[in-house]
Amino acid sequence: MARKIRVLIAKPGLDGHDRGAKVVARALRDAGMEVIYTGLHQSPEQIVQTALQEDVDAIGLSSLSGSHDVLFPRVMELVRKNRMKVLVTAGGIIPEEDVPALRKCGIAAVFGPGTSIEEIVKFHKDRLGRRS
Amino acid sequence: MNYTTLARSIIRGDRKAAARLISVVEDEEEGYGEAMDMIFSASGRAGVLGITGAPGVGKSTLVFELAKGFRKEGKSVGIVAVDPTSPLTGGAILGDRIRMSELSSDPGVFIRSMGSRGGTGGLSLQASATVRILDALGCEEIIVETVGAGQTQVDIMGLADTVVVVTMPGSGDEVQSIKAGLLEIADIYVVNKMDLPGSMSTAADLRAMIDLVEDWKGWKPPVLLASASGARGLEEVAGSIRRHREWFSDPEAHMERRASQARKEIYDIIASGILRAISSAVTDEEMGELVRLVAERKMSPYDAARKVAGSALPGADLYKAL
Repeated sequence: MARKIRVLIAKPGLDGHDRGAKVVARALRDAGMEVIYTGLHQSPEQIVQTALQEDVDAIGLSSLSGSHDVLFPRVMELVRKNRMKVLVTAGGIIPEEDVPALRKCGIAAVFGPGTSIEEIVKFHKDRLGRRS
Repeated sequence: MNYTTLARSIIRGDRKAAARLISVVEDEEEGYGEAMDMIFSASGRAGVLGITGAPGVGKSTLVFELAKGFRKEGKSVGIVAVDPTSPLTGGAILGDRIRMSELSSDPGVFIRSMGSRGGTGGLSLQASATVRILDALGCEEIIVETVGAGQTQVDIMGLADTVVVVTMPGSGDEVQSIKAGLLEIADIYVVNKMDLPGSMSTAADLRAMIDLVEDWKGWKPPVLLASASGARGLEEVAGSIRRHREWFSDPEAHMERRASQARKEIYDIIASGILRAISSAVTDEEMGELVRLVAERKMSPYDAARKVAGSALPGADLYKAL
């Protein structure tokens, strides 16, 4: 049987905009993946606990509120603390100058506005190397 | 990866190991049978509650409220929430956690979302293994939420000690309530969204249906009105669940139900195992060729099935079975 790629799409913090997150979730679903969507207003602790219970291969963090530079590194810290092997990417409104710091803390890719859906799907398929 | 090591970690309470073994079983990777034997020996303590009903009636919200109630009693809770897998792409959006996010950082709660994958009866084929794993992990109460179920999706009956069928006002007339299927399997009925017009008559229709049966053999399903999101009627639902569990806890009296659950599980394991073994006896190319021939009507699907099964089971008289 083919192993299925499982992805958590998460909205950390108080940001209330999830159209983009839902579009990405839908696209990954259409690519044959199982996508867990938790809804808005999640704390980094909730996100990492969810990822752990759901045994996901990847986490997609979406933020449009500017709090990424605090919340995303906190997620990475908890991922490491729990010794999880998980691919973490980010999306939303993230200024260019913040990208290097996010990459440095372990975020594998930052998908800004204008990124094509195909690119996000391909990135996950390539990096996770599983059929789905 | 040695799955028996995972099983041992789970029995010691390792949540990450539990999450991993559930994935192994879901993906039907080879060789987890021995680990599941160990899990089986360490399980059997949890109460298993099934919540089913049509899409949008409020199952997830009810699960969330019931789980909070169990937490107040100091019990650890496992939740298995099944959502539909796309029959076209195999993908799924698993969104039941949205209604439960308050519980996701509670160390006494373990929530697992599952795609229905091959299952057509409202559950994933691997839901019962998942329940066992959470039981062995130490969850005292396990709540299983089915996909939004239609009339014949009654697999939950084979898994739960207590089945709650959730419905809401305006979900059909009297005749709907006497049809066979989902409405026959409830131990408890909940008419949710009780503040909507028509809730009393929906409850009355259900009660009239129940009253048609003369002998309920010790448990007559109650019909309860509730508003899960408004936190109304939930005490009564929890109370009925408790009473049903007390009634059901006498193993002698309920051997019939346990036996039919056991029979179903044995056959499910055989069916998925045999299918796996047989499918792996032909290559993707060979299978593709058979599929093409049947699609072009050059071969009967029965003949194709015999060819595939024949290569895995040489010498079997397949004309009897297929």
